[in-house]
Parts: sequence; C-alpha cells; structure tokens
Amino acid sequence: MLNVRGLTKKYGDTEVVRGLDLTVRRGECFGLLGPNGAGKTTTLRLLLGLIEPDSGSIELAGIPVPQRAREARMKIGVVPQMDNLDPDFSVRENLLAYGRYFGMSKAAVAARVPGLLEFAGLASKADAPIAQLSGGMKRRLTLARALVHDPDILFLDEPTTGLDPQARHLIWQGLRRLIAEGKTIVLTTHFMDEAERLTDRLAILDHGRIVVEGAPRALIESHIEPAVVEVFGEGVADWTRHHASKVCQRFENVGETLFCYTRNADSVIATLQATPALRYVHRPSNLEDVFLKLTGRDLRD
Amino acid sequence: MTRHLQLPRLSWRFIPVWQRNYLVWKKLAIPSILGNLADPMLYMLGLGFGLGSLLPDVDGMSYLSFLAAGTVAYSTMNAATFEVLYSSFSRMHVQRTWDAILNAPMTLDDVMLGELTWATSKSLLSGVAILAVIWGLGLFGSFWMTLWIIPVVALVGFCFGGMGLVMNAVSPSYDFFLYYFTLVITPMVLLCGVFFPVSQLPPLLQSISAWLPLTHAIDLARPLVIGRVPDSVALHVVALLVYGGLGYVIALALTRRRLLK
Repeated sequence: MLNVRGLTKKYGDTEVVRGLDLTVRRGECFGLLGPNGAGKTTTLRLLLGLIEPDSGSIELAGIPVPQRAREARMKIGVVPQMDNLDPDFSVRENLLAYGRYFGMSKAAVAARVPGLLEFAGLASKADAPIAQLSGGMKRRLTLARALVHDPDILFLDEPTTGLDPQARHLIWQGLRRLIAEGKTIVLTTHFMDEAERLTDRLAILDHGRIVVEGAPRALIESHIEPAVVEVFGEGVADWTRHHASKVCQRFENVGETLFCYTRNADSVIATLQATPALRYVHRPSNLEDVFLKLTGRDLRD
Repeated sequence: MTRHLQLPRLSWRFIPVWQRNYLVWKKLAIPSILGNLADPMLYMLGLGFGLGSLLPDVDGMSYLSFLAAGTVAYSTMNAATFEVLYSSFSRMHVQRTWDAILNAPMTLDDVMLGELTWATSKSLLSGVAILAVIWGLGLFGSFWMTLWIIPVVALVGFCFGGMGLVMNAVSPSYDFFLYYFTLVITPMVLLCGVFFPVSQLPPLLQSISAWLPLTHAIDLARPLVIGRVPDSVALHVVALLVYGGLGYVIALALTRRRLLK
C-alpha cells in the first residue's frame, strides 16, 4: 500500500529525514514512533506530497508521490496533529464542505454524512457549532472528516494528544473499527500504550532514521528483559551498589529512581524486601522501555 | 525561493474554496453588506452634500458625482483589501483552514485562486452597492454607460485582492496589516483622485499617482459615471490586471514558502 525508499529531506544543513525505508501493507496499522523532532510529521508531509523530498521515492497505492500527489491524496484521509476544523461551520457543514474539496457532489457527500456522524458519535450534535464541541468530539469529527471520501489509507498524526482517557478510548474504538473494515492506517504517536494497543507493526524513528522496526510484542521480547522493577526511596544508592549488578540484567539510574531490567523479578524483590525503606514498582516491561532504551532519556525540544 | 517561484497552475478546483467562503458569508450576509457599505456611503453623502454645496462643478460634474465615482473605486479597493488581509489571514494562519484543504487533493494555487475570486466577488458587491446609490440619486450621465462600471469594479477587486494576498503571505500577525494601510492604502486614497482631482497635486505627486492602481481604477470609473467613454481604456485595464496578476503570482510563491515547508 505504501512503499518508501531512501527518503531524505534537508532544511538548510539539518537533515530531518535521513534515508527512510518503509513498507506498509494493505490493511495494516503501522505506527511511526519517535521523540519530538525525530522527523515524524515531516515524514507524513512528504508522504502527502505537501513537500518535496531531496531524494528517495514514495509510492502510495502504486501512485508515485509527489509527482502525482493529487491523485494519491484522493486515497488518503488525514487527521492532523492540530485541529483545523472549520469554525465557521457546524458539524454537518464541516463534513459537507470537506467532501467538496475532494470533488464530491453535494448529494454524494450528503449520503455519507449520517454514517460518518454515527461513527463519530455526533449524530445529536449535527447542527452544533464547532466551538461547542469538547476536545474529544473535535478529534472524532476530524477523524470522520478524514473518512468523508472513503479513503483506502489513513494518516493520523498524534490522534489522541491532549485528550482525557475516556476520549482516547473512544478514538481507539473508532480506529479498531476502521482496522476491522480493512483500512490501512499510518499512525504517529508518542503514547507507547497507544502504539502497543493499535499497531500491527511499528518503526521507532530518531534523528530522521529508523532505529528499529517490528511488531510491538516482538520488539519488547527482543530488546528488553521481560520485567522491570523501578526502585526509589531512601537508600537507592546503597542498594544499587550492593545488589543491582547481581540481580538486574541491566539497570539504569534516572534521577532518584533505579530502573532494574530483569529476567527474574522474584530475586530482585526478595533483596528489596530486606530493605523496608525502599519502595518499588514491579511491572512487565513494555514498549516505552524499548523506546527509552533505543532513543535515550535526553529531553528533546 | 526559486523552488517556490513557479507559475500558478490554475484549475477549476478553486470553486469549492470560493464556495466555502460564500457559504460562510451567506450566514451573515445582511450585517456584512451593511457593515461594508455604511462607511463609504457616509463619507460619500456627508462630504458630497456638505462639502459639495460649497464647491462649483469639479472636472465638469457636481462634486457629489465626482466623489461618487471615486467612492465606487475606493470602496471596492477596501472591500477586496480587507477580505484578503484580515479574513484570508484568519483562514490561513489562525483557523488553519487552508492546511485542512491542502490535505485534500487541492494545491495552494487552487486555495489562493479561490480566495482571490472570493475577494473579487465580495468587492464586486461593494462596488455595485455604491453604484446602486448612484442610480438611486440620479448621479449618472447615461444609465447604459454606468453598466460598464460593473466589470470595472470586478477588475478593481481582482487587482487589490491580488496585491493584498502578498501582504497576507508575509504577515506574522494582524497588526502587520496596519503598515499596509498607512503606507499603501491611505496614500493611495489621497493621491489617486478619490476626493479631489489629481491635477490639483504638485507635478511630482501627479507622476507618482499615474503609476498607482487606484488612479487607473478611478480613470475608468469616473468618465463612466458621467456617461463618457474613458481615455486609454486598454492601458488602465492592463495596469489593473498586471497589478492583480503579479500580486497573485508573488503571493503564491511567498505563501508556498510559508506553508509548504
């Protein structure tokens, strides 16, 4: 469905995308993860043909981009990072106007509107102005708007950033429904649980390059020990000195907390219980651990 | 910049953009028309009757007719300018409506052509409203001749729409537009013969005035009001087309640089 080879993009002297190769298969939900500034949004803009790459090739459903970007965009639905619903229009009018940008007739869009409103859970808000919608409703409407022309592939740029848990779960439900319907989805996010929940495969992007690519479970299994014990409280330094290297396969000090990655959490916990002043959290390792291991813990702004 | 400086690729796809603006405008059409008209109308009637009663004929017509012809061009200019400055800027920068449209199979060329044709349409309405007042007050020489003012007004709207889009492309915020008004629009109103004949100005200012688009607009509109065929029609038409067309091309290049990066 999507084929990217050797994609590069430079701004001045900064290479934002450095030799990206990607393949997304039909019906797949693919995640593009990475810290801020890793090149996720630039990559999406390249895939849409909004900006021209310095080198490399993009093929979307067999259509070369940016050469035939307009044709390609007929097949793409976009949920941008920042809401850009039309505030001068009601919910329904937003969908109607957006369909016209795809060259759809008024009747053709109108026929799709009830289904889209139902999908977004906004049937009762059809005539409400955008200003009256909550953040979650706006996102759902943006998602419905991206579907107005029944695209084959959806690009979602951080679809749940800034939403409360209820609203996020509703978006996830919607996305699962689309995946079940066979839509191909490309999703950027920095919520690891979101990627773990939704994607079939994902790539972690850093400094414009793919650091690792694979199914979320497989990545966790191949890159990280199965359990993590986070240790904090008084005496962490002592415990680290005496026990960490013996019971942890790998450990890391972050501020006042010790992250102990282990294949045998029981033995870690046994030594911890001997030091009651210490507090700890024991959990299975997750995608975030992989992410932090591969992209480091430095702040990216 | 060279990458962005390609000639516009025009297509009929601008129509949904025009239509979007039209549908929004339609919701508030009446207050919008009144708001657009009140100001030029008050000036025209206030100065026309007030000042006009003190003056003899100006350039062979009553001062009210003279001023009415200037006001047609001037209010058209203002309507187009306000639309592509404040309203287009809201859609481009504040509401991000253009970004949303660009994710559909539309190009910036389409979006900006939609904005330009919309500004032209809206200013056409302003100009025609003043024309209606001219008809109502019987300020014209030949009714049939005044019908030519309609295409002139559309041309003036196109000209100032295109020019204003350049400002839209480079503006960081609404405040920036004030420069355009104080440095371009207001001087033009004073130099181009809206309120008094250009011939009253010192020679230097007269020769500057001859280059300004509003002068060309008024040179077309004023004779038509009193029922004469304007002199050098082709020159004025070409000047207005060049100002507007060049504005659109430059604005497109600058906006590509601004948005498509």
